[in-house]
Amino acid sequence: MDSNKRIHLIVDMAKLMIAILVSCGLVTAIVLGTSSEPMNAFFSFFIGPFTSFRRIGNIVEAASPLMFTALAVILIFGAGQFSMIAEGAFFIGTLGAMMVATSVPLPTGIHSAVALLVAAAMGATVALIPALLKMKWQVSEVVTSLMLNYIVQFFSIYMVSYYFREVSSSSLASIAFLDTSLLPVIIGGTRIHAGIILAVILCLLIYFLLFRTTFGMKLRIVGNNPKFANYSGIKVTGIMVASQVIAGALAGMGGGAELLGMYTRFKWTSSPGYGWTGIAVALLARNNPLLVPLAALFMGYLNVGANIMARNSDVSSEVVKIIQGVMILMIAAEALLKKWKQRMIVEAAKAETGMKGDVVND
Amino acid sequence: MEEKKEVLRMENIVKVYSNGVMANKGINFSVLAGEIHALSGENGAGKSTLMKIIFGEEQPTSGDIYVNGEKTIISSPQLAISLGIGMVHQHFMLVPSLTVAENVILGVEPRKGLLINRKKAHRQVEEMADKFNMQVSPRARIEDLTVGQKQKVEILKALFRGAKILILDEPTAVLTPQETTELFEELKRLKSNGYTIIFISHKLNEVKELCDRISIIRQGRSMGLYDMKDVTEQDISNLMVGRDVILNIEKKPPEIGDPTIRVKDLNISGENGKTFVNNVSFLLREGEILGIAGVEGNGQSELAESLTGLRKYNSGSIEMCGKEISGCNIKDIRALSVSHIPEDRMTTGVAPALSITENTLSDKISQEKFSKLGIIDKGKIKQYGLEMAKDYQVLCKNPDVRIDSLSGGNIQKAVLARELSSDPKVIIANQPTRGVDVGATEFIRKRLIKMRDNKKSVLLISSDLNEVLGLSDSIIVMHDGQIVAYFPDAGKISELELGKYMLGIEKQSESEIKEACHGQ
Repeated sequence: MDSNKRIHLIVDMAKLMIAILVSCGLVTAIVLGTSSEPMNAFFSFFIGPFTSFRRIGNIVEAASPLMFTALAVILIFGAGQFSMIAEGAFFIGTLGAMMVATSVPLPTGIHSAVALLVAAAMGATVALIPALLKMKWQVSEVVTSLMLNYIVQFFSIYMVSYYFREVSSSSLASIAFLDTSLLPVIIGGTRIHAGIILAVILCLLIYFLLFRTTFGMKLRIVGNNPKFANYSGIKVTGIMVASQVIAGALAGMGGGAELLGMYTRFKWTSSPGYGWTGIAVALLARNNPLLVPLAALFMGYLNVGANIMARNSDVSSEVVKIIQGVMILMIAAEALLKKWKQRMIVEAAKAETGMKGDVVND
Repeated sequence: MEEKKEVLRMENIVKVYSNGVMANKGINFSVLAGEIHALSGENGAGKSTLMKIIFGEEQPTSGDIYVNGEKTIISSPQLAISLGIGMVHQHFMLVPSLTVAENVILGVEPRKGLLINRKKAHRQVEEMADKFNMQVSPRARIEDLTVGQKQKVEILKALFRGAKILILDEPTAVLTPQETTELFEELKRLKSNGYTIIFISHKLNEVKELCDRISIIRQGRSMGLYDMKDVTEQDISNLMVGRDVILNIEKKPPEIGDPTIRVKDLNISGENGKTFVNNVSFLLREGEILGIAGVEGNGQSELAESLTGLRKYNSGSIEMCGKEISGCNIKDIRALSVSHIPEDRMTTGVAPALSITENTLSDKISQEKFSKLGIIDKGKIKQYGLEMAKDYQVLCKNPDVRIDSLSGGNIQKAVLARELSSDPKVIIANQPTRGVDVGATEFIRKRLIKMRDNKKSVLLISSDLNEVLGLSDSIIVMHDGQIVAYFPDAGKISELELGKYMLGIEKQSESEIKEACHGQ
């Protein structure tokens, strides 16, 4: 490995450690400041997730939907677009899967597959809207996708309430999914379902797509410098649109997998927000699909820990949102450790040029 | 000459940028109160750097600045403004959605309590515009104004902040002739009101018409300070473009073949109606390097963009290797074996965060050689990257490093590698050696000559006279969007002669210019 890559890696790792340490420090401060039984809260948060096989399973379960949305975010951001549609695509995916799961009788296996494909198609369709609006009329995809997320959320809930509702239930719930549609549990004693396998396969596939295919290379060129892409003869808008459609399909499929793997009815009254957390996971994974499972597991661990803490002590689970926020800030902060990094680069450059002392350091 | 007070003096200004470029090499500069002072020099001579130093945008590496006789360190534009120095940038710094008055008062608003006193603002701006006869309505929105009017707003903005010394950076570059005339009248009026104006330009007729004195710089050094009445345009031209060293470029006599680019009556204009290229016709043939000389901003860049599909043209025709390209996209044109070395490598020539290998493959990754069914052959591209780095002497540890970790010269060699390795018939090289060190320059020039010796066509656009003269077999000179001269044998002209045409002092006859079409 050459020295520049090594320096980047060292700095990235150091940043990650700082981010985690600061977050932990922050949790400590909050717990100490608000809890009457801080030791209990600490234990629940940090150690709690590892205290039973079932809880470890919970971490993996929590990671599963995040992997889908993080992959979607990586594709969209990788093409230099800032569509936030992963959130909406995920939720419309749950709707699509729910419709197939409740109303289209099919044999086991095929039923889940069709449900997931419909979920993906609906996610792709939703993601296409901001992409097309930008292509045709230069409407900012940030704004349209954010607005669209609300439309999607309320539309989905409307569909459940008016067309698929279980009338005998007092709270909002859809009619039960047909058994043939459910994703099988793959590890007994947990709820870890086949969706996680799908997610890991997709991580590998997306890595392959980005770094081993011509489409991926074009996508990375467009994301890095659209002007250069255009000059090279690459169809820039086509790549931008395609990246968002694929991302929408991934997130939508994630929605489907989450629904069919974890539930037997659609019960959400608002979106669980996995699209947003997906951004944090993508950032944590340095936009590398191969690191997505790790980052998602870490985020899952935080969520599970926060839930256990909320159950066992007097600290509420919202703490985890603070941690996520702080971590995103610290990882995204370009200037953090910049001086240190610059100094290492300058020193490396000096060492290579045989130390002439003429390296300009700005 | 009567005694006038010196308002600004710069002594021995040296500026080294952090990338090692020495833009100013000990420049002396002095401006008297109430004069219009021209600052002239070629592109890259160091004019802009010097002005940025005066306006506090850059700090000199060494040297002293005296404002009104007092030694001053101008640490920021705010300080420059408070010292009475105002700058009108070439690219306007205005808020398009605000009105003229709002832009002018921005940051120095007249107040009424906590609120902006709009009435007073409008009145003040109106009075000021009237005083200098600049016709802009304070209530108009910037986005609705013409370029000329926007410039007036920029000038008003500087005056409103109390500027006594006004720096105008190539103000006429964006103006129509009528707007230019208007601007000159305003500037003369300002002068008679006691303002001092520094006018940066390399358009000699304008400088001659407007200015009292002229400072000329060349390659970062002062070439002297003259009273306008003591020098002719010819003298100025010689001082600006004359060179001490001419790099010797060896080449065989050309073996000219069939035409590859045929441009006929080409017209290109921008969105605001400004004409970039005006009725240009020429022919480029196999085995020929055709140089396009000209001061930057005279239509060469737009011509190159149209030839490569980056810009639509309005009328006329461009035929590339026998095909009219008006309906072609960039990919189609590249498929006709046309290569393009772009003017600005960092904005259009590379994807900075990607590797050297990926950058040399951006145009040909879909070729069967490198990918099958959309899947990249890793081994092949790795080998290709290594070959490119070796063949084109790209200095790097390995071709997988990010391209922006290289020096300018090596990045340019990687660009060259991409463009020449696609086996082009036509190479459009726009400023191929700009900002590139001597070694890389020589390498790039040799490669271009080698292409030409292999019966390829090269269209060389360069504002470096030495390069145009040394490399080209024949030369077209462009001025103000038109071809003003054609020289079938580049060996028979001197820099000074070329300079006269470039600066618009002379123009060949129609029939001489028509020679560029070789009777077709």
